[in-house]
Amino acid sequence: MNTIYEFVTGPLAWLTWTAFFAGCAWRLASMYKLAKSKDTSSIAFMSWKYSLRSIAHWVTPFATLGWRKNPALTVATFLFHVLIFAVPIFLTAHVMLWDQFFGISFPAIPDPIGDYLTIVVIALCVFFAVRRLQDPNVRYITKKADWIALAIVFAPFMTGFLAFRQILDYDTMIILHILAGEIMLVAIPWTRLSHMVFAVFTRSYMGSEFGGVRHARDW
Amino acid sequence: MGIHDRLIEDVGLRRGVSRLTPEKIEKTVNAVLKNETGARLKVYSETCMRCGMCATACHYAQSHPDDPSYTPAGKVRQTLDVLLDKGGKVEPDFIYGMAQLAYTECNLCRRCVHYCPIGIDTGYIMTVIRRICHKLGVTPQYIQDTAHSHSATFNQMWVKDDEWADTLQWQEEEAREEFPNMRIPLDKEGADIYYSVIAPEPKFRTQLIYQAAAIMHAAGVDWTMPAEPGWDNSDMCMFTGDFEMMGRLKRRHFESAQKLKVKRIVMGECGHAFRSIYDVGNRWDGWMWHPIPVVHSIEFFWELMRDGKIKLAKKYPGPVTVHDPCNVVRGRGLHEKLRELVRFLIDGDIVEMASHGEHNICCTAGGGVINCGPPFKNVRVAGSKSKAEELKATGVKTIVAPCHNCHGGLEDTVHAYHLGMEIKFLGDIIYECMEKPEA
Ligand code: SF4
Ligand code: SF4
Repeated sequence: MNTIYEFVTGPLAWLTWTAFFAGCAWRLASMYKLAKSKDTSSIAFMSWKYSLRSIAHWVTPFATLGWRKNPALTVATFLFHVLIFAVPIFLTAHVMLWDQFFGISFPAIPDPIGDYLTIVVIALCVFFAVRRLQDPNVRYITKKADWIALAIVFAPFMTGFLAFRQILDYDTMIILHILAGEIMLVAIPWTRLSHMVFAVFTRSYMGSEFGGVRHARDW
Repeated sequence: MGIHDRLIEDVGLRRGVSRLTPEKIEKTVNAVLKNETGARLKVYSETCMRCGMCATACHYAQSHPDDPSYTPAGKVRQTLDVLLDKGGKVEPDFIYGMAQLAYTECNLCRRCVHYCPIGIDTGYIMTVIRRICHKLGVTPQYIQDTAHSHSATFNQMWVKDDEWADTLQWQEEEAREEFPNMRIPLDKEGADIYYSVIAPEPKFRTQLIYQAAAIMHAAGVDWTMPAEPGWDNSDMCMFTGDFEMMGRLKRRHFESAQKLKVKRIVMGECGHAFRSIYDVGNRWDGWMWHPIPVVHSIEFFWELMRDGKIKLAKKYPGPVTVHDPCNVVRGRGLHEKLRELVRFLIDGDIVEMASHGEHNICCTAGGGVINCGPPFKNVRVAGSKSKAEELKATGVKTIVAPCHNCHGGLEDTVHAYHLGMEIKFLGDIIYECMEKPEA
């Protein structure tokens, strides 16, 4: 058990981070190259001002028509995205890892709160899953890739929760937890989760076209 | 649930599909995807989170609330998704449904843009699908006829060259009684304004040319119209996916204006033509902007009002509601100016529809949908149910709609849903209410 633990937190962790950053960089670079050769009549209109204007509206809950018309999903989406970054970064156990591996230290979320927030993330995953199955509009468009993306994000939180509560065998669970986290990082550039790197550009593009060419809002 | 449960017989689609083989489809689909699309389409299809937020944006979906196949992402699922998943290996029958969906169940109105957090442009995706259909030769017969007319005559309605000049002279003559000195100056070099219209105007809406000429005359504008092809600013090729022809049309239009060394192009009250000249066709021709400034009538009339060049003898009786044409509102942000102008023209209030300005609901005629003709009329009118409800809720009797396509669509909607409303162009109202100098 110990050697597996050493392995997943040691070499595999480094490999994971490398794969994550290299994967993102590769996807961004190759997409940029493709855009340069095939989408010149689009990227010619990119504008910082209108990109930022569009992003600012869309990162504000209820500031756009789409958010206002989908209130439950809006609350869930914002909460979910804030938490899936905040919890893994600021959890006490993780803050120690940041220090140990990268030599950076910052304050942590107290454990009981971290535990509670993890439950919120798990609940939100369940909400998204139920919505996918229940809402006919969403069910109709759902593909395997959407379930895979949800599962990839769900796994580290679920295993983390089980490990922290020591509900099942802790040693196994913590290893599964670390593996799940590593799978998530590696998967980001290659699955639907790639919207993490690309959405800022699609958003910017739409903002630029609407702001600079069409003189209209895109929210 | 889906397009294959509601196929409509259309000669153009049927004949096109009958000539297809799976090999030809695969080759064409992949050629378009590989050569003509790039990062934009790739990222759209990869990062659409299938969240369904856009579902209620679309008036088709609003009008068919229990059928997810009308939602924006639902349309993508039935078309692009399948092509990508199967690598273009689909059967001819699939292409029939895909074409029917892309040409007749999406107005390319971009309302769904206001709903999508990722910033996905479903209208663009549907345009790519249409491009593939065009290359496969599977297009609805009626709209393809107008595209053929464009290729043969450089106008949409098979108007012959002499017919065009004759029509203008006829309108000039008609006006003699009301405005003895009024001219429709043809090919006047160096004029301030080059006025362009869509071909249905000389073909069967000549009073619009008459009214525009009367307004130009009353406002003392230095203007001209070209005597030769290039005068038609409309563009059904943009909507069928015949981009090569779209490029030729736009080049002809710009060159015709350049040849006359005019200062600006003012376009009549049409939305799709504006989209083609202002936003789409120019890019195909390699113009980031325009070789000559392009102004829509709304803005032009607004300027005339601002400069005091239009004087009103009376105001048009309100209240009215304002229908925002997608292509000049989501496409050019003219909704404020439109309202300022309407307020100037009418006596009474503007009663807004629940969705207005940039958030307007399309007339359901746009994007070439009405041009697909009678076979698809019922389905189009069914799709405008939500528009009809918003119109009805205003309780007014007059709709101001500065776009030809919108007029066509709204007329059908008003009729089918028994709304009892009249639909007015800005030109109709200005002409009716302005001081007529020699009268
Ligand atoms: S009709 Fe308009 S709202 Fe509906 S899918 Fe097409 S572009 Fe989007
Ligand atoms: S709102 Fe955008 S991301 Fe969500 S399903 Fe519609 S197109 Fe896809």
